Amino acid sequence: MSAQHRTAAPRTSGSLARSRPRYGELAVKVVLLLAALVSVLTTVGIVVALLEPTIEFFSEVGLGEFFGSTTWGPLFNPPAFGVWPIIVATLEITLIAIVVAVPLGLASAIYLSEYATPRVRKVLKPVLEVLAGVPTVVFGFFALTFVTPLLQDVFPFLGLDGKNALSAGLLVGVMIIPIVASLSEDSMAAVPNGLREGSYALGASKMITSVRVVVPAAFSGIVAAIILAVSRAAGETMIVAIAGGFKSVFTLNPANEMATMAAFIAQAGSGDASVGSTAYKTIFAVGSLLFVMTFAMNYLSARMVQKYREVYD
Amino acid sequence: MAILSTPRSAVQLASKGRPLREHLFRIALLASLAIAIAFLAMLIVYVVEEGWPRLDSTLWENQPSIRRPETAGIQSGILGTLWIIGLTALMALPTGILAAIYLEEYADKTKWYNRLIELNISNLAAVPSIVYGILGLGMIARWMQFGFTVMTGALTVSLLVLPIVIISAREAIRAVPPSIREGSLALGATQWQTIYRQVLPASVPGIATGSILALSRAIGEAAPFLMLGAATLVRFNPEGVWSTFTVLPLQIYSFIARPQEEFAILAAAAIVILLAILLLMNSVAIWLRNRYQKRW
Repeated sequence: MSAQHRTAAPRTSGSLARSRPRYGELAVKVVLLLAALVSVLTTVGIVVALLEPTIEFFSEVGLGEFFGSTTWGPLFNPPAFGVWPIIVATLEITLIAIVVAVPLGLASAIYLSEYATPRVRKVLKPVLEVLAGVPTVVFGFFALTFVTPLLQDVFPFLGLDGKNALSAGLLVGVMIIPIVASLSEDSMAAVPNGLREGSYALGASKMITSVRVVVPAAFSGIVAAIILAVSRAAGETMIVAIAGGFKSVFTLNPANEMATMAAFIAQAGSGDASVGSTAYKTIFAVGSLLFVMTFAMNYLSARMVQKYREVYD
Repeated sequence: MAILSTPRSAVQLASKGRPLREHLFRIALLASLAIAIAFLAMLIVYVVEEGWPRLDSTLWENQPSIRRPETAGIQSGILGTLWIIGLTALMALPTGILAAIYLEEYADKTKWYNRLIELNISNLAAVPSIVYGILGLGMIARWMQFGFTVMTGALTVSLLVLPIVIISAREAIRAVPPSIREGSLALGATQWQTIYRQVLPASVPGIATGSILALSRAIGEAAPFLMLGAATLVRFNPEGVWSTFTVLPLQIYSFIARPQEEFAILAAAAIVILLAILLLMNSVAIWLRNRYQKRW
């Protein structure tokens, strides 16, 4: 509507037309555009920073060894470059996190959007924001010094290591609850009231309306929220570095210490690999893999929203 | 979507005489939310309790020390964080806000390059922070030869929070109704005059809230700094933008990595300081939003 107003130029009144070009206005626009282009430069920078060492890495190691073997230890002597253990560890910790975060986050979102009174919402939403603002190194500390000992006491049969994928995954899950909750709530809040009222008019209860009407109507937004949370979990570094450890064993047992891709980058990047060595270039190869994985997930998330979004008026 | 279309679902929609299930569902939802909140409460109580013995002035007056963990402090970390945040605010906030103005007020959404910029920003917002660390290491520290300095750290974190600043500033600008702009344009103001005198003043609270939240993200960030050689126990304060540095979250990380019990206590005490700073910033942001939020 506004665009129509603005572009409907009064052609008949020629005197109102711009009499001279406004260079100041143009300069402003150029400056603003340059600011917007900084973000494009960032992406270019990331790709360039990753690409060259990655190509060098693959000319030294080869794709076959990288994707074809299951022993990971670029910092060992002799080094091993089979990337699967850290991919599996990343996926496993992400899975644990999702199992924690999706039910809790989604239930929180339904409560905030459908059940909570405005007053309650005004108190609870900031609390979730505070949870979202807790630094990940704090979660890592909590996982290592509180959650792991607690789990070891309560479930001794699990045989948890001092550092393990289970605690790390649980805490990554808690970290992404606010992402799932707040983005899902946004899309549920966007479902028009007419749908709810129609459901009530058919005799449905509040629960049935929430689960069968609101959630399906907000589905694309919810899936996008979950995908975004998955990509955040897969790239999380500090929690897994502190509570999940750096040891890389090809295993599925979450009681074991296991290094994820991000944890490896953190370990090798914080000085454990000397500049120019193959181990150093491994940082960039793993970084590229992580970047491509999260990029693909974000793209998928954006497409989900675009393709399946219900447009209500 | 066929939500209400089939008769089967219409039958299932009816819910005669099932108040108990309704009740349990509501309780389950509330319990989920309560778990998340209880977790936050537990975490705060735990770190305060753990760090309590070290929460005194020696914490911020002393420098970290490997040999005397019982009197070691975090002064270099606190000052490093202040330097980084100050520089990040100077670099990321103006750039982000200007970019948001461009995207909301000037960009023609039908042009491919504007759509590319938008897509790019939403993608950048989800790139893992450790990848920004690689960017800082590869491009800023090595290629631009800024080394492992405060400047490198601040530039890296500025790029990291830039998408967050842009996204939140855009939301604040979008919340200003078009009628305000039309009124201003109708009175003969140019587009920039309209933005500068009408749109920006009206969206300042929203922009400020988003900016504070973005900076608080920058304060808690540790992973990128790990790549920038700031992991060691730096025992002196940064003296300028070209000085080596450490930040509080990374200092906490290096304490956690040490086996002695004293370092765990020190880490907990440092976490209390970090959380206190972040809670303060969050409260200011939430207060700003509630106080100045306008309903048009």
